Amino acid sequence: MTFDERLQNVAIIGAAGKMGSGISLLLAQEMARLKNKPENKDKNYRLFLIDVNLDHLAGLQQYLRTQLVKAGEKACVMLREMYKDRQDLVENQDCINQYVEDALSFIRTGTDLSIVKDSRVIFEAILEKKDLKVDLLKKVDNFCGKDTLYLTNTSSIPINILNKEANLNGRIIGFHFYNPPTVQKLAELIFADNTVQELRDFSMELAKRLSKKIVPSNDIAGFIGNGHFLRDGLYGLREAKRLAKDYSLPGGLYIINKISQDLLVRPMGIFQLIDYVGVDVFQSISETIDHYIQGEDLKDDLLKKMYDKKILGGQKSDGSQKDGFLKYDRNRPVGVYDIDKGEYKLFDPQGWSGELDKKLGEYPVGFYAWRNLVADPKKADKLKTFFQNLKSSNTLGAKLALAYLKNSKEIGEKLVKIGVAKTAEDVNNVLLNGFYHLYGPINDYI
Amino acid sequence: MTKFRKKVYLAAGYNTISFGSGRKEFNPKKARPGIEQYITEAGRGSIVQISDPKNIDEGVISNFMAARFCKQGNLAGFIPEIDPALEYKPSTRVEGACGSGGIALVTSMKTVLSDLADTVLTLGVEVQNTVKAIYGADILAGAGHYASERKEGHAYFFPAKFSDRAGVYYQKFGYESTRKGMALWYEQMIKNARKNPKAQEYQNSIEDLFGAGMTPPNPKAFVENLNIYDCSKVSDGASALIFASEEGLKKLGIDKKDAIEVVGYGQCEANLTKQPEDPTRLLTTQKAAEKAYQMTGLGPKDIGLLEVHDCFTITGILALEAAGFAKYGEGAALVESGKTRIDGEIPTNPGGGLIGFGHYVGGTGVRQAVDCIHELTGKANGYQVKINSNRPYALMISMGGNDKTVTAMIFKKAE
Repeated sequence: MTFDERLQNVAIIGAAGKMGSGISLLLAQEMARLKNKPENKDKNYRLFLIDVNLDHLAGLQQYLRTQLVKAGEKACVMLREMYKDRQDLVENQDCINQYVEDALSFIRTGTDLSIVKDSRVIFEAILEKKDLKVDLLKKVDNFCGKDTLYLTNTSSIPINILNKEANLNGRIIGFHFYNPPTVQKLAELIFADNTVQELRDFSMELAKRLSKKIVPSNDIAGFIGNGHFLRDGLYGLREAKRLAKDYSLPGGLYIINKISQDLLVRPMGIFQLIDYVGVDVFQSISETIDHYIQGEDLKDDLLKKMYDKKILGGQKSDGSQKDGFLKYDRNRPVGVYDIDKGEYKLFDPQGWSGELDKKLGEYPVGFYAWRNLVADPKKADKLKTFFQNLKSSNTLGAKLALAYLKNSKEIGEKLVKIGVAKTAEDVNNVLLNGFYHLYGPINDYI
Repeated sequence: MTKFRKKVYLAAGYNTISFGSGRKEFNPKKARPGIEQYITEAGRGSIVQISDPKNIDEGVISNFMAARFCKQGNLAGFIPEIDPALEYKPSTRVEGACGSGGIALVTSMKTVLSDLADTVLTLGVEVQNTVKAIYGADILAGAGHYASERKEGHAYFFPAKFSDRAGVYYQKFGYESTRKGMALWYEQMIKNARKNPKAQEYQNSIEDLFGAGMTPPNPKAFVENLNIYDCSKVSDGASALIFASEEGLKKLGIDKKDAIEVVGYGQCEANLTKQPEDPTRLLTTQKAAEKAYQMTGLGPKDIGLLEVHDCFTITGILALEAAGFAKYGEGAALVESGKTRIDGEIPTNPGGGLIGFGHYVGGTGVRQAVDCIHELTGKANGYQVKINSNRPYALMISMGGNDKTVTAMIFKKAE
């Protein structure tokens, strides 16, 4: 079966979740493009979107419509070419409307798994729980054809385990999109030992069609992306707790979030990132990786307490950020959680947080916020100068940032050493393309 | 050509801010002024400079596509909204695509010359940010021949039209030198705009303007031969001024030191259904400028202030050639020479031009004339040019469509 034939009938399970909805959009776009090729005029396309929650599915349909309009607006140069033989489609607006209708016309949503029985490609994007995934894969494979290919979006569970326990005989691959799938350029590919060649080829071609940069990872729990993210986040938590002795726990969390954003020149501080991913997801990743990796403590009591107290972060249905380690107002952090008091302590530039800023000290000359460098063609030179100045700075902020950078580099090197990543370049590519970092952790800056 | 049988003056100019992306206060998700607010702001900004609005005899308003951008027609009906004294006065709306403002100027001038009015309030307006640029492109495509060009045309219809011209020009006169001239045009216009608080690019903080101007085009997302810095922005805004006879100036209490005089003009319309004869030339612009020169006996050597329609950087360069300031193929070199800079021999678009000030399409021609009033009467503040006494004239060129609807006007300070 060719790649294009496979894409005629696709299912996404867990489609209404954060990752599933992004994957659904990407697939809908690619299938709409295929459907509009003259040679495919008479072919039927089907994209089944399955989720357990009907309300979420209704939200997904609205999300897809809105996002397809935006995608059509962005790709209108291509759409006009695609519809050049349609004399009734004259204006950009006509082409965009048609594109949205074309894509929505082959989408079917539902909660009943059995409707995917004829799909030849199935994406799994359900909760990050091994037993749930295994049960689902087994169930689906019972009524799907034995040539059905499975792509799992797991971010931490070894593919060999899923393959073995669901009896898939190599018809599964780890195709790990990054959040949000429509924006992040990375696809981390993880093969089981016996992943069939057709699925390997299919995944490579799919990543290419979706304009994703492929980085292969070996099948070790957490892979490259979460292998780094988990250890980086746990380091941040430990540092915050260490600083709590002098500055209280909310103060420690505030300091580490601030330096990990500003002085590491990252798009978000580490606790904002954990909130964005979801405290529950981060906890789940922690448990999974800790379960499979021996000789390393990859859990954290503060994280567990936050999870138990249901302070979970993540996003509301409108996409806005929910409170987690930090409190948010219009997606901007405005406070930090005080777990002892069970309430948020609002930032106070004239008071406590302003005092902590003073303790961190002046930022070194050459400091630029991430957003000011992201599109700067001279960012590498500017970062080099900044980090040089950071090294010669004697402030508390500089010392904490340098230690953070050093730890991040050691995590990266460890991922190569223990065989998760083949090369340092792969590690750097994951952080550059999946986390929007401006530089890889394995670098000469420090 | 016939000479004017009496003198016609312009005064009391007013421009609103050119609003849109680039202005820090612009947020596409927040409510913004509507077309009537722009009309009234500009109109009142003009009449506050005269003794009594009841002495305005007529109104003329130019606009291109309010019927689609704002779902609003019958724009002349907003003129009485400016001031109750304008109720029941004759008012006319004119349209000539991006050259609408030029048509408003000519219509107002002819009205004064006809002796039917001594004073005419002239306005130009466009509000485009009601739709995203990708849909605005459909609307603006109406400046071309919709029936024969839109279906085959590009998503970004007009950028593509001038991208095609740029492509042929590159082939004929060299890519490197032309590209450099276009980037320098961008740099000059943004530097000018940074001196003009009402310009859309007033707050532009790009460090390396030339580098930005040299950004390679991205045909997958945009057009073949232009980058986004080569293009004027999507703008909301309006401009207003007053045309008056000698008698009219007296009635309005306007001192001549605050007025400029129309010395001559040239107006040309080319066949909308035909493609440009030579993509490397703006032949209609050339003819309009020649008419203005013939009527006045003046030439480029007499012009000390130039206002051209640089909807795209390449258009600015082609306009320099069409108006006789550079030989054919040497427009980019003229820009590179620095002569078009605000402190150069031929200061060009000192308020930022369409690239830097913004381009509220149907109002741009009026905006250009307002800037000529401010420059020639010494009221341009931060973007004031020093008018060379050997070159006391200003030339403005308003262009509509793909060089189809062109008005050239020559002014001097009133005496």
